[in-house]
Amino acid sequence: MPTYQQFPLPDAGEGLTEAEIVEWRVAPGDVVSVNQTIVEIETAKSLVELPSPWSGVVSRILVEVGTTVDVGTPIIEIDTDPSGTAAPAAGGGVVSGAQSPHGHHEHPSRASEEPGGAEEIGAARDERAETSGSVLVGYGLGSGGSGRRPRAGVAGATGAATSPTAPASTGAPVSTSPATASAAPAAAAAPVAAPVPPAARPAGAGNGSAVAAPSTAAPSSGSSSSGAFHALAKPPVRKLAKDLGVDLEMLTASGPGGIVTREDVLEQANRAEGRTLATYPGDDAPWLASGTVSADGRQTRVPVKSVRKRTAEAMVTSAFTAPHVTVFHTIDVTRTMHLVQRLRGDREFADVRVTPLLIAAKALLLAVHRHPEVNASWDDQTQEIVYKHYVNLGIAAATPRGLVVPNIKDANRMNLLQLAQALGELTATARAGKTSPTGMSDGTITITNVGVFGIDTGTPILNPGEAAILAFGAIREQPWVHKGKIKVRHVTQLALSVDHRLVDGELGSRVLADIAAILADPAQALVWG
Amino acid sequence: MTTLPTSLPPHEGPLTEDGLVQLLTPAGERVAHSDPYADALDADRLRAMYRDMVLARRFDIEATSLQRQGELALWAQALGQEAAQVGSGHAVRDQDQVFPSYREHGVGMVRGVDPVDILRLFRGVDHGGWDSEAVSFHLYTLVVGAHPLHAVGYGMGLQRDGLVGTGDAARDAAVITYFGDGSTSQGDVNEALVFAAVNQAPVVLFCQNNQWAISEPTTRQALVPIADRAPGFGIPSVRVDGNDVIATYAVTAAALDRARNGGGPTFIEAFTYRMGAHTTSDDPTRYRTHEQEEHWRRRDPIDRLKAYLEAAGELPEVFQAELAGEADALGERVRTQVRAMPKPPADSMFEHVYATPHAVVDGEREAFARYEASFLDTEEAHR
Repeated sequence: MPTYQQFPLPDAGEGLTEAEIVEWRVAPGDVVSVNQTIVEIETAKSLVELPSPWSGVVSRILVEVGTTVDVGTPIIEIDTDPSGTAAPAAGGGVVSGAQSPHGHHEHPSRASEEPGGAEEIGAARDERAETSGSVLVGYGLGSGGSGRRPRAGVAGATGAATSPTAPASTGAPVSTSPATASAAPAAAAAPVAAPVPPAARPAGAGNGSAVAAPSTAAPSSGSSSSGAFHALAKPPVRKLAKDLGVDLEMLTASGPGGIVTREDVLEQANRAEGRTLATYPGDDAPWLASGTVSADGRQTRVPVKSVRKRTAEAMVTSAFTAPHVTVFHTIDVTRTMHLVQRLRGDREFADVRVTPLLIAAKALLLAVHRHPEVNASWDDQTQEIVYKHYVNLGIAAATPRGLVVPNIKDANRMNLLQLAQALGELTATARAGKTSPTGMSDGTITITNVGVFGIDTGTPILNPGEAAILAFGAIREQPWVHKGKIKVRHVTQLALSVDHRLVDGELGSRVLADIAAILADPAQALVWG
Repeated sequence: MTTLPTSLPPHEGPLTEDGLVQLLTPAGERVAHSDPYADALDADRLRAMYRDMVLARRFDIEATSLQRQGELALWAQALGQEAAQVGSGHAVRDQDQVFPSYREHGVGMVRGVDPVDILRLFRGVDHGGWDSEAVSFHLYTLVVGAHPLHAVGYGMGLQRDGLVGTGDAARDAAVITYFGDGSTSQGDVNEALVFAAVNQAPVVLFCQNNQWAISEPTTRQALVPIADRAPGFGIPSVRVDGNDVIATYAVTAAALDRARNGGGPTFIEAFTYRMGAHTTSDDPTRYRTHEQEEHWRRRDPIDRLKAYLEAAGELPEVFQAELAGEADALGERVRTQVRAMPKPPADSMFEHVYATPHAVVDGEREAFARYEASFLDTEEAHR
């Protein structure tokens, strides 16, 4: 018969506790072979491809792309015996007696038809949260070891508060220990409560965990009266639930040891509130996979993380510590365009992309050469201005993951061809999302090429730790006074923002004027180079 | 004081531009140079080396997958270092002793270690995994650079047991220890060189320079070739192309013979390349270029020997097909057996702490047993 195996997220590094699903390489229905790559995940350390442990047919993907899940969470279900006969109906299944020693959960019956699919993952996560301290390395969750084991004669976590302290003798029989009065039935019942749906298994069954058992085993072991079940919650939480009209017994407990938390109550109360209908059909679907829709169905809320978060922090730091001043210049770059055309036909430049940005980068480097004071940073801690002997030229790049500013190391030492190669490499790496942290660190001055978006100019915000940033606008054919006549010329706008703590308007203007002079007449580079 | 032979390398082979002894070019052509050790390798022996390299790689890849499937806590790949390991491993005799670091899977397999046993350590179910005396292959040492001292000490023991330089080739023994370029920056390795030199210990110090100490390139650790350090200690050294299995074998065999005959230690730097990550916890794309990896992929040690054997007509298709089948069977066996490895009994942690019975450990074992017995659920239910 079909055998469904679930693959728990492994720890791909040493001691990692979670990872984000980046890309699924398989879909339900796909045939997979052993060690075939099925998914790409991103951990705190690296992007990692995970190979399938089994051959078979993918039956379900359990975690969506963009979701960060804890190590040990089942992420995919594979039918390892697809040619077998149909499985028995849900609920009629039997608990497979043996879990493999390393914690693969073998599922006896289809759980997919049940609405509990999401809870199933939730339950597994709860268990994970409870034991995270002990599963820092290795095979994710072991099948045992969750929760605290009950000990004879030790005041346990299971209601011992209301019981007299048991004698500290070892090996006290279960039935005589008052401390275990509440735990014993659950612990004893769990292993024999056969038709336990997967949703309840990870936390409750199999290991007789006294702590987790009361909350999760009870709903599943249908024979034991559900009326006997009482939710665990602290008095203030009980009061809050009463005030808000939330039935504690209906909640999924997320607290340690299966207690209902304040958040659980508030979440339930929010859910119960009437939802405003979306304005248009389908308008209440999240706009981004990583987001959730607000209660009124009119907003998508996306957690701020990774590149977006770093960008925000960097921009706030820069904008509110460095007083920005921006100078503008509109110039005729027709000669630069001619140079670009000529270089594109040059055999030496056959293998690289020659763009106006390349010439602008070279012009900026020459301007820095003439005014090295602009290639500097303000060290607030030591109250020093740090002048850099090197130029690490940053290029702001829009990538699928957001804005990154990789830089070309020691760009001031490069000739035009080397610069073109470095620029091409940098853009390709950034577009592939493979820019390394070192590739982005220690920039000294930056260009942002807003022209590629068809924009004339802007007031760029400094990359933190730098004193100048050049915005390179779109190049348009425009009427322009050339040698006393109105001609159609290639015209662009340049904007240079500087940190006014260390760069005054005069220096900023001179730097921009130099860049403009070279772009207006590249031959000027011969004079200054 | 006797004059030590520090100026001459122990092996005079044809050198590449980088000063590496090389007998098989990257294209798989045998360099025209007569070497007694290399010349003694017949086609059967070379095929055996080829088989060992192919199986070592297959095992390595399977282990990497097992780690990604959550079956191993960690895995240290040896991808690309098969020639350095198999070549040198073939020069070891049964009476010798090998002290590996934690990446010498190829050497271990040549010595007869069941690769499945190697994974016991990486799965965390055993502190060792194999009977090191039976295969003359010491347990892995995870502490970087700690074991060359053990190796030198063992070699000094051989000297005191009268097992060095007796002239009886079946009896004279030597020690070989493996470590990486990164560990040469450790104090322990330098101490081992001091002891090996002044005692003229029968030790071959085999440095696999795979060019990367995790993310640190060799250039950040040494301004001269690593092998050039050894003469300063009084140990002759040689640099060999570590992706050339024939040269690696020849150089190691010569050095081991010298050690067995009482000629003292030799330092070998096998220049190779770690094609994979440092371990499964590492992401090399963060610190090295695709071009560099591609450059070395074209210098794959297995391809090199394959090209040579094929050109010589010594690699029939039947052999290759059988080897492919053997490799797949190995992969499957490793996979199945690793998954079935039982959790070790908790009290096994008290074993092997001391060689002889020890009162304190016995007391701790008993206390632990009492503690375990105090739980209400049984150990069985807990598993």
